Amino acid sequence: MKYWLSHHGQSLWLALKRLLRNPFASTLNIGVIGIALSLPAGLYVLLDNLESLSRQVSSEPQISLFLSMQATPADVAQIQTRLKDHPGVRQFQFVPRDKALRELQKTAGIGDAVQSLTQNPLPDAFIIQAKNSSAQGLEALRSEISSWPNAAHVQLDSLWAQRLEAFLRLGKLVILLLAILLSIALVAVTFNTIRLQILTQRDEIEVAKLIGATHRFIRRPFLYFGALQGLAGGVIAWVIVAVSIEVLGKAIGDLTRLYTISFQLSHLNMSDSGSLVLFSAWLGWLGAWLSVSRHLRQIEPR
Amino acid sequence: MISLSQVSKRYPGGYDALKSVSLTIDPGEIVAVTGHSGAGKSTLLKLIAAIERPTRGSIIVNGQNVSKMRPSAIPYLRRNFGLVFQDHKLLFERTVFENVLLPLQITGYARQESAKRVRAALDKVGLLGKEKTYPITLSGGEQQRLCIARAIVNRPTILLADEPTGNLDAAYASDIMGLFKSFNQVGATVIIASHDEFMVQLLNPRLLKLDHGELVS
Repeated sequence: MKYWLSHHGQSLWLALKRLLRNPFASTLNIGVIGIALSLPAGLYVLLDNLESLSRQVSSEPQISLFLSMQATPADVAQIQTRLKDHPGVRQFQFVPRDKALRELQKTAGIGDAVQSLTQNPLPDAFIIQAKNSSAQGLEALRSEISSWPNAAHVQLDSLWAQRLEAFLRLGKLVILLLAILLSIALVAVTFNTIRLQILTQRDEIEVAKLIGATHRFIRRPFLYFGALQGLAGGVIAWVIVAVSIEVLGKAIGDLTRLYTISFQLSHLNMSDSGSLVLFSAWLGWLGAWLSVSRHLRQIEPR
Repeated sequence: MISLSQVSKRYPGGYDALKSVSLTIDPGEIVAVTGHSGAGKSTLLKLIAAIERPTRGSIIVNGQNVSKMRPSAIPYLRRNFGLVFQDHKLLFERTVFENVLLPLQITGYARQESAKRVRAALDKVGLLGKEKTYPITLSGGEQQRLCIARAIVNRPTILLADEPTGNLDAAYASDIMGLFKSFNQVGATVIIASHDEFMVQLLNPRLLKLDHGELVS
């Protein structure tokens, strides 16, 4: 056990030495890994932010039913009972036209303009929450209600939020594909680096085999090398993302302030950061493992 | 104990390096395999160390059948051997000390114990003062002695040496033969392949003579 640990320590140290022996090549490799990973990671952060923004502004989807101006209190009562009996309606709220006007008057800026009106331009309205809040369910309910008598206008609120959500889903899919493709590229980069290392250390590997080294013994430093390189690449990717968010965050803060929304770009959280770095290390390890399994067998002492 | 029975080795292309060789080497023996170049001396040593596999016949080393061994078991077999090569097979990017350390790293010794053993082995071959230098700065004789230090640092039970004095002048060569002799005196089996019969006579060994792949005496 002690020996096993000490050999792992030795392998790690050897891998680190090899990484530092060619600082230029190592920097290039780590840079490539970092940049390639920062792209999907950065997009993921942006999308994550958009998602939280959309959650901030959109609540549950609602249907607004505006009655025609000619509707009498009897018509209103009839629609009320219809809504009460309707199986697709979870909950509804009646907004009488007087109340709507009062609400409007309270709104800063346009209160004075409303006060100058001679008559109330607003219709009676119902705000309806559907039982089935899927896009199709809402749309079906909307078209049904709009065929009722005295229904002047039926509007699906927060439909845009659903569209945004669909876009976000699409965006996530794109990021996933991008991440998969770039991961394969990273595995290939490590594969090749390790292949070159094996070739330059051919003599050493051959002698080690002659002296009685197991495959595992020879393989271990290469695996550590791949994992270390991936780890460093992951850290670089994290730094790129963090710096980009810092730079973009200021500009976006200025922009959203103009729209009177307070919005702050958030960084990768701890667990996402950890996953990024560990995933990158794992990719490096995988590339090294594939390379070593393939090339080590070809070196047999003669 | 090493025992070969009816061992043949045919290389791809139809060249027969060994033809039906049977022999037994007891523990603690000192054996010299002689013969002209191409007689099969190197092949015999490589078969014993499982560097090559026989085409026919069986090779038993310490009770294990080398010819039927799984590839994953071979490293553990090789740890019984100390191998000395004509071309030394030293690692030039490692220091003298690190070259000798390699077998101990592979077998897994604690750092302090390893350093002690490496220094003892270097002392034995007279290279203790050069532990921090690189093999490229050593003379041919010194490189060969370094190769021997690496072979004995693990205290193997069997020492295999292929043309250990091939490129050396007589003074160096007898020096190295002396090392093998002293190693044999502490109980190790020593097998030396050499074309130089006069040199190996210094060891007073059992002589195995190969001629065109056949054991003639």
